[in-house]
Amino acid sequence: MVNSIITKNLNVYYGDQQAIHNISLDFLKNKVTALIGPSGCGKSTFLRCLNRMNDVIDICRVEGNISLNGMDIYSKEIEVEHLREKIGMVFQKPNPFPKSIYDNVAYGPRIHGFTDKKEEMDLIVETSLKKAGLFEEVKDRLDDMGTSLSGGQQQRLCIARAIAIKPEVILMDEPCSALDPIATSIIEELITDLKKSYTIIIVTHSMQQAARVSDKTAFFHLGNLIEEGDTSKIFTKPDHQKTNDYITGRFG
Amino acid sequence: MFYSVLTLFVLSFIGFYLGKRKSIKLSQNIKLASLPSYYGYLAMLYILIPTLIAWFVLLVGENFVLEKYLFLILKEFLISMSGSEVQLFFIKIKNLSEGASFGNESDLELLGAQKIIQFKNLFLLLTYLVIFLVTAIALYLVNKKISPTFKSQRDVEKIVNLFIQLCSYIAILITVGIFLSLVFETINFFGYVNPLDFLFGINWNPNKAFVIDSSDVIDKDILKDAFGIIPLMTGTLLVAFLAMLVSIPLGLMSAIYLAEYAPKRIRDISKPVIEILAGIPTVVYGFFAALVVAPKIADLGEYIGLDVSSESALAAGLTMGVMIIPFVSSLSDDVIGAVPQSLRDGSYALGATKSETIIKVILPSALPGIIGSFLLAISRAIGETMIVVMAASLQANLTINPLEPTTTITTQIVTALTGDTEFDNPKTLVAFALGLTLFFATLLLNYFALRTVKKYREQYD
Repeated sequence: MVNSIITKNLNVYYGDQQAIHNISLDFLKNKVTALIGPSGCGKSTFLRCLNRMNDVIDICRVEGNISLNGMDIYSKEIEVEHLREKIGMVFQKPNPFPKSIYDNVAYGPRIHGFTDKKEEMDLIVETSLKKAGLFEEVKDRLDDMGTSLSGGQQQRLCIARAIAIKPEVILMDEPCSALDPIATSIIEELITDLKKSYTIIIVTHSMQQAARVSDKTAFFHLGNLIEEGDTSKIFTKPDHQKTNDYITGRFG
Repeated sequence: MFYSVLTLFVLSFIGFYLGKRKSIKLSQNIKLASLPSYYGYLAMLYILIPTLIAWFVLLVGENFVLEKYLFLILKEFLISMSGSEVQLFFIKIKNLSEGASFGNESDLELLGAQKIIQFKNLFLLLTYLVIFLVTAIALYLVNKKISPTFKSQRDVEKIVNLFIQLCSYIAILITVGIFLSLVFETINFFGYVNPLDFLFGINWNPNKAFVIDSSDVIDKDILKDAFGIIPLMTGTLLVAFLAMLVSIPLGLMSAIYLAEYAPKRIRDISKPVIEILAGIPTVVYGFFAALVVAPKIADLGEYIGLDVSSESALAAGLTMGVMIIPFVSSLSDDVIGAVPQSLRDGSYALGATKSETIIKVILPSALPGIIGSFLLAISRAIGETMIVVMAASLQANLTINPLEPTTTITTQIVTALTGDTEFDNPKTLVAFALGLTLFFATLLLNYFALRTVKKYREQYD
């Protein structure tokens, strides 16, 4: 069991307000970790710290230590663009660029200068789309706009876009909340598939989803990490009363 | 007349009060179909609309009736005068009746003035009488109408609806009227000048038309190469091009800075400051161009050994470019700001830098809107007059050299319609043909601008 991302004593503030209280949490390589908890509990904020997406928010301040493969991601030597090449992200609402399907996937490889050759780029696009389980559906219309796809397809396009730059970790911020049940189940199967190659951290509101796709689960409440552990244990006999209340639907 | 208008409004407010009071009284025992104030509004509108119409008719008709009246009572004196003498006499006694006396008036004039004063007093009395009569009738009608089951709200809404419909039709009618007047005068102009000579002629020399006297037979051959619009077209396009050369890069770059890079504090200050540029009257830009920019350019040109005229297309174009910056920057800033944050996040999350995100995601997404802003700026540049009048001379010059003086369509419209205007001479009438050309040019540009902006709205979501 190898740790991919390790966070130690993480505190996050929005202005004067503290959103994350002293959280230490490790993520295993090639496993799926689910972050669950009621709205406003800080799980999305926590997730956005992992690829430094909170940098763009002026009033956000992060204290503590996060390391990827033993390397401090908030250190001055780290270029944030380089970090995000290693830690990809999929958002709550599908956000394909208003470009062709091909260009959406090729966007990351191009800006990171993976290749100049058309054939190699074609290959990257094809394998990424295949991994995201979208290739068969769109192989004849790669020049169509990414925005012309259905919601579920758009989200898989965003996943393909994220894996095209060969990240180690993929962060998913409620990736299925804007999708219907069928599209959701396709994405869930995809997540199980993807964990062979990637470490996946997923924020979700759906307890069933966490139970179905994750190996590890962490329960957040009011900016605190209440409990973490194997998913099977959290959902069957949690140590904390609060966790029990939440997973049985008594609050949240 | 002022007091009669005031009376009319006071009466309608009294009507409102009465209507409301009656309905409130009614509503003590039974629930009304509408709120009490709607009965008040109805009474108010019933009084206001007919009295306003009556007042307006009386106002417009007064002069007409007055002249008929004067003819009638001064018939024996006026019968010996010619038409223009009568007009002069009327003007004189009207001024006299308003107190403009020179002390040398004849008895007849004094009599006329006295009659006018009498008439006016009588007419004012009549106005008040009509207003009060109409008010009384209206009040009677409303009073009869007000009952618990009467839905006054519906009637009020209907009247308001009609009123705002009327307003929009008036706006449309005025536009159509302007357009038609352009068309008719242009047709007149084309009676003198062949449209093909106008549209494709390369000589602009309207002074040739001076030799024409309205009594003469018009020699069309002289006019053949007097009204060629091509030099004006090139001048207009040249100046507009120079203006865009300044405003597009500056405007777009400042929009990108403001929308993407500037801290909120700087943005809050500099955006309004840039927009002030749009608020400066163009005539101020005009004399700035003529007195500062043009001589500086001439000096600079001399310094590096170029022959630059003191009035140049360059001076006008540069100044106009500065004037148009806010049109480009403000609109572009808005469309860049309208690009969803999720697209930015998506790009950043893939490891793109800020500039990569701007160039590869944000600008392409906002492109149709940005082009729309360019097109609006171009139509603004083409329509701009004052700067060119003051800085770029009136001399038509078929050239694309920005250092030479040139002239534009709008400038020539100004020269055609100032000074001596004769509406039977193509020298004046050409203004309408130029106006129509400009109208179509900007219409076309606006159409494309709006179409791209519309397309932009469908871009995402």
